[in-house]
Amino acid sequence: MIKPLVHINHLTFAWEDEPVLEDVDLKIFEDNFIGMTGPNGGGKTTLIKAILGLVSPRSGRIYYREDLPRKKRPIGYLPQIKHLDRKFPITVLDVVRSGSLMRNIPFRSRSEEKKKAERLLEETGAENLKKKPVGELSGGEMQRVFLCRALISDPRLLILDEPGTYVDNRFEKELFEKLKELNEKMAILVVSHNTAMLDRYAKTMVSVNRQLRHLPSGITGRVADGIL
Amino acid sequence: MEFFELFTYGFFRNALLTALFASISGGIIGTYVVTRRIVFISGGITHASFGGIGLAFLLGFDPLLGATLFALLSALGIQFFSHRMDIREDSAIAIWWSLGMALGIIFVFLTPGYTPNLMSYLFGNILTVTRKELWMMLALLLILLGVFTLFFRKILYLSFDEEFARASGLPVSLINYLMIILVSLVVVLNIRTVGIILVLALLTIPQATANLFTKDYRKMMLLSVLTGMAGTISGLVISFYLDIPSGATIIFMLILLFGFTRTVKLRIWRKLQLR
Repeated sequence: MIKPLVHINHLTFAWEDEPVLEDVDLKIFEDNFIGMTGPNGGGKTTLIKAILGLVSPRSGRIYYREDLPRKKRPIGYLPQIKHLDRKFPITVLDVVRSGSLMRNIPFRSRSEEKKKAERLLEETGAENLKKKPVGELSGGEMQRVFLCRALISDPRLLILDEPGTYVDNRFEKELFEKLKELNEKMAILVVSHNTAMLDRYAKTMVSVNRQLRHLPSGITGRVADGIL
Repeated sequence: MEFFELFTYGFFRNALLTALFASISGGIIGTYVVTRRIVFISGGITHASFGGIGLAFLLGFDPLLGATLFALLSALGIQFFSHRMDIREDSAIAIWWSLGMALGIIFVFLTPGYTPNLMSYLFGNILTVTRKELWMMLALLLILLGVFTLFFRKILYLSFDEEFARASGLPVSLINYLMIILVSLVVVLNIRTVGIILVLALLTIPQATANLFTKDYRKMMLLSVLTGMAGTISGLVISFYLDIPSGATIIFMLILLFGFTRTVKLRIWRKLQLR
């Protein structure tokens, strides 16, 4: 049997006494493209942070496959960009490179790592932003740059938290096309409120509102299920 | 006194070296302080160190040692209060800030007799910096340069996005503690330069000036150091000739430099845009 990359087992999480997640079960396999939706404050971001090891659950456990060791865990992460300090003096190229250095990816040389960062920017159509301070980017440009940061470490799983905010429809569609392409090499977990987009691109869909539910795919399926 | 004759005096050469060391250490660690937005924490640490100076007066040991103890204690105390005891960070800062000041005042009051050097710790006196203090400043400066050369990228990335750094497996808490200790040490050793009340300016105003011209972390550090040098050295010379307090003059020059460059920059900017 194929082992999942990540196996979330009966996970429960609470802030103080406020329950956020209850008895959540989820397996993420290598070829998965999971769309995650649900109301604001429903616990989506907390679940992501638990997978990334940023918060520890009250009970339950998350198991990682052996090739995802605790240190240098190859999980790419694109956070909600609204939390970032736009006044911070850092250039786009440095932001992208930050994705590899902290993981100690054994690049043979610094120039090799730099070249990879430049290549990634080129592939996402952002090579002209290289020297720009991060505070001067538009929402769409910001998402591109942070996608490159997540990709430089060659992750096995890519997690994106609401990449559709602050960008227009055209860019969001481009992004999902890119994710579809990336899905050939890695598992994808994307949080979005745009269920139409998720319907089109995600292979499976879950909704998180304290509990996690697997949704039938397609709008018709959900209408039949009485969810919409 | 002739301008160049000044440099033949040992005390003035010491003061000049102090100004240089202060600019370099303040420029580097200040860039960290400003970009991480821990200016208020640094202010708390600075003022809390007064408690240690008071204790040293009372018990008769080196005031800088006392200041170091209290600075480190408050730095760790603020972290502990806000992370482990769930007290709002700015409240934690206020508690340690005022605790240090209050204890300092009580200790100084209890110290028998007159405390002649007290003013030089509150307001600084760069002309009375001793050789031993200069050596300590140099040692700290070398440590600082070493840390920033070896770990520059980690410091930069962690400062920019702490959560991402944590998710990537970087020992974030350890580095945070190490950096706040460095901030404390730079603060304490510069108390003699400009005094407790003004030391925060050395870590923030050169950065504000530098930030007018660059949005790159490395260049911001370098420009802050240069701006700091211009302000501290000109302030030192001016205070000497006008016979006014050196610490206050240095800070005034730094602010003047900020105001001047900002105005000039905006003027030139507007002209270029009108063209």
